[in-house]
Amino acid sequence: MSTRVDTPIPVRPRRSLAQRMSPPAPGPRESPLARAGALIVMGVFTLYFLVPIWWLLVAATKNRAQFTGTNPLWFADFNLFENIAALLNYRDGVYLKWLLNSALYAGGGALIATVIAGMCGYALAKYRFPGRELLFNVVLGGVLVPATALALPLFLIFSQVSLTNTFWAVFLPSLVSPFGVYLARIYAAASVPDELIEAARLDGAGEVRTFFTVSMKLMFPALITVFLFQFVAIWNNFFLPLIMLRDEALFPVTLGLYAWNSQVNQIPEIRAYVLIGALLSIIPLIIIFLLLQRFWRNGLGAGSVK
Amino acid sequence: MSAPAILTPDAPIRPASRAPRPRATVQHRGAILAFVLPFGLLFALFYLVPIGYAIYQSLLVIEREGTFGQAREVFGGLTQYVLVFQNGPFWNSIARVLTFGAVQVPVMLGLALLFALLLDSPLLRGKRFFRLAFFVPYAVPGVIAAIMWGFLYSPKLSPFSNITENINFLSADLVLWAIANVVTWVYVGYNMLIIYSSLLAIPTELYEAATLDGAGQWRIAWSIKIPLIMPAIVLTAIFSIIGTLQLLAEPQVFRSFSSAVTSTFTPNLTVYSTSSIPNFNLAAAFSVVLALATFILSFAFLKFTQRKEAK
Repeated sequence: MSTRVDTPIPVRPRRSLAQRMSPPAPGPRESPLARAGALIVMGVFTLYFLVPIWWLLVAATKNRAQFTGTNPLWFADFNLFENIAALLNYRDGVYLKWLLNSALYAGGGALIATVIAGMCGYALAKYRFPGRELLFNVVLGGVLVPATALALPLFLIFSQVSLTNTFWAVFLPSLVSPFGVYLARIYAAASVPDELIEAARLDGAGEVRTFFTVSMKLMFPALITVFLFQFVAIWNNFFLPLIMLRDEALFPVTLGLYAWNSQVNQIPEIRAYVLIGALLSIIPLIIIFLLLQRFWRNGLGAGSVK
Repeated sequence: MSAPAILTPDAPIRPASRAPRPRATVQHRGAILAFVLPFGLLFALFYLVPIGYAIYQSLLVIEREGTFGQAREVFGGLTQYVLVFQNGPFWNSIARVLTFGAVQVPVMLGLALLFALLLDSPLLRGKRFFRLAFFVPYAVPGVIAAIMWGFLYSPKLSPFSNITENINFLSADLVLWAIANVVTWVYVGYNMLIIYSSLLAIPTELYEAATLDGAGQWRIAWSIKIPLIMPAIVLTAIFSIIGTLQLLAEPQVFRSFSSAVTSTFTPNLTVYSTSSIPNFNLAAAFSVVLALATFILSFAFLKFTQRKEAK
């Protein structure tokens, strides 16, 4: 599969986003019927995508009696803040602990993973050394090995060195992003000119310093994309923490909510906490996506133009 | 100056005694090591070693002296793999996810392609809103999405109880497709964006001429755009195939909503439940077979589509 990937991405003139967002007014050629059809399709699916989240939002504002007694898709008494306070106090605030754990696993893990994947991809794109193609092909194979397939063997190894049920059991494996290396390589090949590295050399800058001061800036859109993908992958990761962790205090928020949800039948009042917790847990990701959307929109394309 | 005089054309550049075969000197060796080593080391530790260790574990069997004797691991050759191939529930679970994928992946990617083409066409207004609205579910982790939809499916709690009281989405017949809907809901927007951003990379001139010739939007999409974005579609298909075979979080969550989801519902659930028995050697063999199947299937798909394109 290396044959197709080796060629750097062709840097085509991209139509700017602003240009695409406000196209010239549709001419008479576009029939009103086709435009209405398009709008109806998109409208129906907007409901499909947003109604579940809307329901969750509404459900999180209700107290227990109103959850079943009132219109599920519209507000009754607004108890959102009381509910959040109750959630954060439940079992000594273990939910907040889970949220912090997730932030630490995903934030810290994705940051380190991005830097080391960026360095490796950059070296693969910009230096010649023996074993370079072999390394790249092995890494590409790694893209096709799903993280879940590694969870059990990782558990067996970590239990040999008594590291299961620790922070590191979930954190360390999250630092590896083969897809990040792949993306960093094609992006570095296309966006970091050799002349610039040469110029930095003539100025007496070391290779490593050049990477951190010059090249990294040019690779920034790709690095942001790698960071986001890795952040989401770690935040959503379920199998690894499920198999590694026993201690509730180490859980990420996904595992914690899963554990609560499987107790709903025994402890009915926990259902409200599951719903409010679910709502709160998706807000950080939505915020990150909104803040960084300028970057990932462009970076996503780079990965797909093989 | 004088320096070139030292290297006369006759003078051997490298003494033959020191290097048995000619080797190009690697420039910036230290820097390259500094760049490659951190990733290389972690990749070896958390990718290659686990794969090797899983294969090693899968070749062992537990042996006991008598019924209550001390258990010890001895080399058992392919014993575990024979057990894997005789294990009916495991192959049922493989067949189940393949059925799932054969329906869910085309539906999901078909929708993603349709939305991407609509976003890219002059037919639609309010693109920024739709793009964001369709992408929001991707911010919902699989576990959370499954919990949410579990409530939406439930006959009593669902806001659509007039539907769910009549159709039991959590029954043995339908629960697989109920899970397929959760996966589709999460990933359509993500795939849509990958396809859409490769549509953005097509130069407009390519279809301006077609528009002047009177080609409609559907004709342009079918004959110009789709062939050009095929690599992006192939990429999304491969990631979807991998994701399907690895299905775990959603069915695991659905176990608390529906008794129809058994502990061997998907291959990864089988791995998990086998390892909690605990029978690590058999679980390792399951893992190896599953990883191999995933790798072969996605690789075969890649080769297949490449050959088709070459024609």
